[in-house]
Amino acid sequence: MPQANAKIDKAATAAAAVVPGPIELTINGETFRHTGAPDMPLLWYLRDVLRLTGSKYGCGVGQCGACTVHVDGKAQRSCLLPMSALSGQTITTIEGIASGDDLHAVQQAWIDEDVPQCGYCQAGQIMATVDLLKRKAQPSDADISQLTNLCRCGTYPRIRKAVKRAAQLLADAKAAEAKAAEAKAAEAKAAEAKS
Amino acid sequence: MNGLNRRQFISVMLTAGGALLVGLRHAAAAFQPKVPIDMLGEALTSLGAFVRIERNNRIVIGARGCEIGQGVITSLPMLIAEELDADWNRVRVEQLPYGYEIGPDGETNRYGPQGAGGSTSITDGWKDLRQAGAVARWLLVEAAAQHWQLPHDRLATEASHVVHPDGTRMPYAELAERAAGVLPPPEPVTLKKPEQYRVIGKPAKTVDARAIVTGRAIFGIDAYMGGALTAVMLRCPHLDGSVDTVDDTQARKVPGVRDVFVIDGPVPGSSFDTNLAAGVAVVADDTWAAIKGRSALKVTWKPGPWTQESSTALEARAAEALKGDGVSVRSDGDMAAARKAAKRTLQARYQVPFLAHATMEPPHALIKIEPDRALFIGSLQSPGGASTVIANLTGLARDKIEIRMTRAGGGFGRRLENDYVAEAVMIAKKAGRPIKLMWTRDDDLRHDFYRPYGLHQLSATLDRKNQLTGFAHLCAATSMNYRIARKKERPPGQGCLEADDFPAGLVPNLDKRFFSLESGMPRGPWRAPLHTFHAFAVQSFIDEIAHETKQDAVELRLKLLGEARELDYQGHGGPKFDTGRLAAVLTRCADAIEWTRKRSDGRGVGIACHFTFGGYAAHAFEVSMDGRDLRIHRAICVADVGRVVNPLGVDAMMAGGTIDGISTALNLAITVKDGQVQQSSFGDYAIGRMAQMPHEVEVIVLPSEREPSGAGEMGIPSVAPALANAIYAATTVRVRKLPLLGELNRLL
Repeated sequence: MPQANAKIDKAATAAAAVVPGPIELTINGETFRHTGAPDMPLLWYLRDVLRLTGSKYGCGVGQCGACTVHVDGKAQRSCLLPMSALSGQTITTIEGIASGDDLHAVQQAWIDEDVPQCGYCQAGQIMATVDLLKRKAQPSDADISQLTNLCRCGTYPRIRKAVKRAAQLLADAKAAEAKAAEAKAAEAKAAEAKS
Repeated sequence: MNGLNRRQFISVMLTAGGALLVGLRHAAAAFQPKVPIDMLGEALTSLGAFVRIERNNRIVIGARGCEIGQGVITSLPMLIAEELDADWNRVRVEQLPYGYEIGPDGETNRYGPQGAGGSTSITDGWKDLRQAGAVARWLLVEAAAQHWQLPHDRLATEASHVVHPDGTRMPYAELAERAAGVLPPPEPVTLKKPEQYRVIGKPAKTVDARAIVTGRAIFGIDAYMGGALTAVMLRCPHLDGSVDTVDDTQARKVPGVRDVFVIDGPVPGSSFDTNLAAGVAVVADDTWAAIKGRSALKVTWKPGPWTQESSTALEARAAEALKGDGVSVRSDGDMAAARKAAKRTLQARYQVPFLAHATMEPPHALIKIEPDRALFIGSLQSPGGASTVIANLTGLARDKIEIRMTRAGGGFGRRLENDYVAEAVMIAKKAGRPIKLMWTRDDDLRHDFYRPYGLHQLSATLDRKNQLTGFAHLCAATSMNYRIARKKERPPGQGCLEADDFPAGLVPNLDKRFFSLESGMPRGPWRAPLHTFHAFAVQSFIDEIAHETKQDAVELRLKLLGEARELDYQGHGGPKFDTGRLAAVLTRCADAIEWTRKRSDGRGVGIACHFTFGGYAAHAFEVSMDGRDLRIHRAICVADVGRVVNPLGVDAMMAGGTIDGISTALNLAITVKDGQVQQSSFGDYAIGRMAQMPHEVEVIVLPSEREPSGAGEMGIPSVAPALANAIYAATTVRVRKLPLLGELNRLL
């Protein structure tokens, strides 16, 4: 992947000051090597080095959740994660959850419910919700109340609706997938019977 | 003339027409730096400052406002699209930069008003942006008229097409080039009648929502610039303190740190024209290096003149101040006589704390200063103010300063001040490099223009029939108009106590007085500034009067408001206050919460209403206590903000205002001790989380044919009193001090 290599070079140049041994990690499917400060939090590596600015700075101490990303599939606050702890890990950011032009169900639900006001916290809210729906496919109101990401504009009611909508979209997609697989199996069976 | 005076109209015409003629004759000359290339496109197809038509008939509309979450990037272009008869589904919106220029008559803004404050964006846009859209449409129709050799008025438009009397439809794109050569209309164009609206009043989703949910939306903090260094500051924690000694040995050893230097603060007592506080700037290759460098600094401070200031002392001084005479804000009848004649007098005191804005995106600034020009990129509420600050500090003429506004991660009034812009300029000048200034959350909470602190003393005189005969509102507060040059001439009470607010004009004897308190805390407007500041006191007190006199709290308010009529209102949001509109939102709100139904199981219902900046709102809550926590079972917000431009947007503002109001009323206060702000994180300034909030805010917007009032701030002032009144109903504990939750638990 020439594009990925170019990114590695860029990252390496930007952080060439100290070389305590490179830290290799995967971000949104591409491999990067960090040679800068090992205590640099992932958030600042994403933003200042890779210019993946979708993850936001809100507090720097893990209280607000605006910087939420996935580390090996689990929601984590990237402002508290030093790069040194991430060697070999797989990171997904808000920029990496859609498949091409197809939005993730949670992103789509956010648009459908017109959730964002200022929009600043929403990437973190979405990443936290993707994680929640992995653990709880049909979250109760109490489950949704466990989301601790801060929103200063007060979009919580629409976030709640969007979480429920996303759960439904994912359930519908799963059902459609199962149906398609069933039809395919039936087709294969029929073809087998024919032969 | 549709709300435009002749002079405003001509300026719209010049932008709409002038650019066209330039486009035709001197295409290159149209490429002025202030017009983004996206908006210019091919100069031939630009119809004025706001509209461009692409060859595929997609319409690009420029959004002039500062988008801080109030939705103007969607709602202002809707006004243009309506009169242009653009197909909204195929409109693309582009953020416009600050449009300062020197016109034939001096300083002007090619886009009109661009700041975000006082809920004025929609009211301003209602006046001129519809006309701008109508002019662009007129030019296209005129072009079609010439093409078809038909009179102008036989043609119609629909969804980005001009329609021939025989039904033939011609896309705007095919007419744009000819339209660009048409002479502009000699008179203001007649605007649509409401029954013709196709865009206004229809729900429109946030135009850049897709960019937001994919992480591609660029906020100010996301902007980078080649060659720029990142700066963070260690600011003096003492109000008006200064730097004593700096040991930067360790800081300079941090890899990536390029420089460390002192930045002076404003002279104590002088106006806050530049930065807020003295400090030490660390300039580095990236944010993390700068933060680490800052942590490695060893700095000692000179504490300055406010070492004795504390919230406790301020409370005592406020109580003491109320014994004086104060400054009269409004006086009707004879309050002293009313007191003498009263069968009964009720009195209560309410306290509201300092508040920080805590925008989710902290203050920041990206600036490049060159000998003959400057470029600023960032989140703003007042680009004009930023431009002035940069000009003052650099000596550059304002038309040499380019300002690009980004989507902002909240505003709430914080970005009406441009201290962080000034700070970035000061650092960039010293560093000799472009600078991206970053504020961390502790910086933000410790250095703000705080919502003022105040103590309200309310008294009511009642006759033997429990009729309200007099009302006194004494307010001792740290004036909002403190050390802000542009507010120097304003009376000290302005921003804390409004002469004509409820119940002024509704009781025969009224006495409103302001008592100014000294404080070193910088102060400024905080979302619906005046109104969040005093509605808590007034609307709580009305509830208390109702309980004390065994009247229904809704009936009492309705009785006071009386028959529907307009009263004079001098403050922002006037010139009139309509008692009938406030009564209507209150009544609707009472119905929605089933006000008259008795509650059991420890539940209580509270209600309040308020008039803010031309809009009317009422809130009602049903609550109960769950241990030390408050459960909000139902939250209702009823609003009348005149004609609604974007129903989804107004719903968002009302629900958001309600949640913001709950979060603030329950949890938030900034306190000061030994001349230092004590809060520094979301741990001790705890914005409410999902678990604390009602699952839903039931927003009811009353239909109205009145001119729109804007919606950003009306949804918050009546929240705190409605909550306090609900808490009383549930617990019989009257909480008279904000934030409610801590005080309630103290009293329980």
